[in-house]
Amino acid sequence: MRSIIYLLIGIFFGIILFKSEAASWFRIYEMFQFGSFHMYGIIGSAVGLGIIVIQLLKRYKMKSFYGEHITIAPKDKSFSRYLFGGIIFGLGWALAGACPGPMFVLLGSGYMPIIVVILASMLGTFLYGVIKDKLPH
Amino acid sequence: MNWIYDPWPWYVSGPLITLVMFLLLMIGKRFGMSSNLRTMCTICGAGKTSDFFRFDWKAQRWNLIVVLGVIIGGFITTNFLSTDTSVDLNPIVIADLQSKGFESAGNAYMPDLLFSNQVFSDPKGLLLLIIGGLLVGFGARYAGGCTSGHAISGLSDLQLPSLIAVIGFFIGGLVMIHFIFPLIF
Repeated sequence: MRSIIYLLIGIFFGIILFKSEAASWFRIYEMFQFGSFHMYGIIGSAVGLGIIVIQLLKRYKMKSFYGEHITIAPKDKSFSRYLFGGIIFGLGWALAGACPGPMFVLLGSGYMPIIVVILASMLGTFLYGVIKDKLPH
Repeated sequence: MNWIYDPWPWYVSGPLITLVMFLLLMIGKRFGMSSNLRTMCTICGAGKTSDFFRFDWKAQRWNLIVVLGVIIGGFITTNFLSTDTSVDLNPIVIADLQSKGFESAGNAYMPDLLFSNQVFSDPKGLLLLIIGGLLVGFGARYAGGCTSGHAISGLSDLQLPSLIAVIGFFIGGLVMIHFIFPLIF
């Protein structure tokens, strides 16, 4: 039963990513060229509403549909890993034009070259796992 | 119902993304796509090489099901919920892209130069896709999250680390588009 819920949420998210054009390589390029408000509007409205939702969840100590407490673990304190990791991610995001959600949308849409990006991003994740102890965190 | 076939405006899409995050929280899960790449590495046996991949991947099975849904969502949208998928870009951006060889700019969802099947016989295009993927995978794990985990969930939770990561995403993206693209296209 829960698996069906996960699947439906995924399908819903996939449809949103495609229809919003957030999965379009062109929209990512245009965003970094400051050519349109579109992507800023998507991220800005998602975050603006998200801040309100999470503040309400915390203030009213809302429980999940299953009656469990909702706790959001704070991220580890660090500066370098977020900045350096973020910059590396951003370079790839702009080049491939896809981040780890849209990649899978595009696979479903039938853009076969995205398979190369997905496999390479798995390899990138693997390389991080291999050398992570040598990196500043 | 015609609106469903058109691209959705930002003020519809953004709040719907928040709804996805909210639904995941309400079923006791966290919104984050890039951690699936780590899970897939573990399933492929990466645990033999690095401790980082030695974890109980079955605890992440739910997120892989979300990914399967995302793939199905892409399939449904392309085949049943869209008529014209060309992206209505800023004309200045279209002219700029066409001067760089992206001839399909303004008339397509993805650039033919990188995402038509001809790229499989184009060493330069293939190399760029591989480098892009490597950077995304490496950077997402180094930063501990991607657009969904940091830009949407982390910023919504007012997490300073996520703000640093998102600033990093933009530094990287701007450097790629403004300084590296003129060298490669």
